[in-house]
Amino acid sequence: MNKTFNQKAWYFVIPVFVLVAFNAAVPLMTVVNYSFQETFGSNVFAWEGTRWFKEILHSERFHASLGRQAIFTFIILLIQLPLGIFIALTMPKKGWGVPVCLILMSMPLLIPWNVVGAMWNIFALPDIGFLGNSLNSIGFDYNFTQQSGDAWFTTILMDVWHWTSLVVLLSYAGLNSIQPAYYQAAEIDGASRWDIFRYIELPKMKKVLTLAILLRFMDSFMIYTEPFVLTGGGPGNATNFLSLDLVKMALGQFDLGPAAAMSLIYFLIVLLICWIFYSLMMKDEART
Amino acid sequence: MAKITLKKLSHSYLTNQNNDADWALRGVDIDWKDGGAYALLGPSGCGKTTLLNIISGLLKPTEGEILFDDKDVTTLNPVERDIAQIFQFPVIYDTMTVYDNLAFPLKNRGLSDTEIDSKVKEIAEMLELSSTLNNRASGLTADGKQKISLGRGLVRSDVNVIMFDEPLTVIDPHLKWVLRSKLKELHQKINRTMIYVTHDQIEALTFADQVVVMHEGQIVQTGTPVELFEKPKHTFVGHFIGSPGMNILPCEIKNGQINFEGKILPTNTSIKKTNFSKTQVGIRPEFINFSNDGIQVKIKRVSDTGRHKVIDTECKSGNIKILASASTEIPTGSAHISFDQKYTYAYGDNWIIE
Repeated sequence: MNKTFNQKAWYFVIPVFVLVAFNAAVPLMTVVNYSFQETFGSNVFAWEGTRWFKEILHSERFHASLGRQAIFTFIILLIQLPLGIFIALTMPKKGWGVPVCLILMSMPLLIPWNVVGAMWNIFALPDIGFLGNSLNSIGFDYNFTQQSGDAWFTTILMDVWHWTSLVVLLSYAGLNSIQPAYYQAAEIDGASRWDIFRYIELPKMKKVLTLAILLRFMDSFMIYTEPFVLTGGGPGNATNFLSLDLVKMALGQFDLGPAAAMSLIYFLIVLLICWIFYSLMMKDEART
Repeated sequence: MAKITLKKLSHSYLTNQNNDADWALRGVDIDWKDGGAYALLGPSGCGKTTLLNIISGLLKPTEGEILFDDKDVTTLNPVERDIAQIFQFPVIYDTMTVYDNLAFPLKNRGLSDTEIDSKVKEIAEMLELSSTLNNRASGLTADGKQKISLGRGLVRSDVNVIMFDEPLTVIDPHLKWVLRSKLKELHQKINRTMIYVTHDQIEALTFADQVVVMHEGQIVQTGTPVELFEKPKHTFVGHFIGSPGMNILPCEIKNGQINFEGKILPTNTSIKKTNFSKTQVGIRPEFINFSNDGIQVKIKRVSDTGRHKVIDTECKSGNIKILASASTEIPTGSAHISFDQKYTYAYGDNWIIE
């Protein structure tokens, strides 16, 4: 049999390569380029080696925003996961309540992020905002623009409002894929409600929860828009999370070299944590 | 251990029922002896799983009652009824070991650790799971998992009835045979009432002493495998059981006799009632012979299955299948056939006339 050799089909892949190059590879390499050099604008560069990396890794400012970022992510995961699973468990499984709940749950996810920030900013204003005003009128000394505790409280509340739905929807999908026979068998085995959750629902939700944790980790670790609009990182540096700090360094101070080094370190931290977490969660899967 | 009585059981998944089709079960009456092995046989959607779930207490019937040893259990839940049920697909607790899976129903009933240990080991031995007891259940193959499901049902010695809902669907054919014999063996050993739901006639006929055939939410016949084969009470049983199924052809009934193709067909059952909207004659392919005179048929096709031949023939009223031994000489073209009168039955509106 004669086989015709024709490799021209490869040309069809070129647009993809060009696209990926321009939206991912080239910008990333630019950042890498900046991270090893000093620039004063006008395209004048001076080689600095690993100086920026060393500086960032030893910078107290970086440690502080990384710490704030870690605490923030930890708290919102701690709240959103159990809350999301709990809401998913209480949602109706059939009838008219299903579409109603699903639509209500999707709403916060559909609102543009800066709008979420603006909404909560107005909502929480101590003098005219519904939340701020109500809290003050029942005796709390609440002012998120001046007290760092209040700023944290408001930021976390906003994120819980904005993103718990994602955990709910994923958990709900996981719960719905459980065959009725599992519940029937558990009923016959005399399992308690807690047993059903512990031995059936939770193991069956493992995959979607892994996904939920990964998504919530990444998004919250890279959070920018909402706190930028709500608190702008303040008061002082109280809610100055990593990406806010990064933008301040890059665009506010025009320290492009250190900012580029920080971006890369930031990127590697996210990648590393995701990889470790994913490997741990999937270890059992590989064994079976 | 209990005998099971079902009285006028009906169930519908709808809140309003307008016609027969709205009912998943219609007026089911059953008396099952303590310690018997029973099979519920029928095609998908005939209501057999509904009936099973009602007996186990997972479903509350719309009408009728369920008695265990003459005690009304209609409103009790599965735990109070003390039953075991094995489902079509393996249901295991993924994160537990095989041992913990088997021990789970016992733990929930507050048995002591030593009791649990001896029972789990005994049942694991029986199902050949002993070597995997400490493995995680999720790592087993499909049939290993189904053995765990079986084990969880069989581990409790106090159950009133053990129910199987097509438990061998996911099992490989060669293992099916092994597990089926195992179940039969278990039944003889522990002597508990067992109900086996299946759409596979071979499974039902080999497992059970009594087979209940269901069709469109009703019981059409209850009997031993031999009874179902030799004297189907309903045309559905004739079709469904046997391979190929019974020949059922339109006929007329006059003066208590079957008139078919202008001839009178002799039969051993006496025909009394005659007012039916549809009358048919039924004869199994096994009980038809070639003869010198009788009904004239045209031979259409002969398929040799090795042990016997299946002959497709055609007469004026329709197609007739004949099963003959492999050595039978098959005439070509047209032939005459006669029916064994002992196994010739008349059916009025699908039910046997006798």
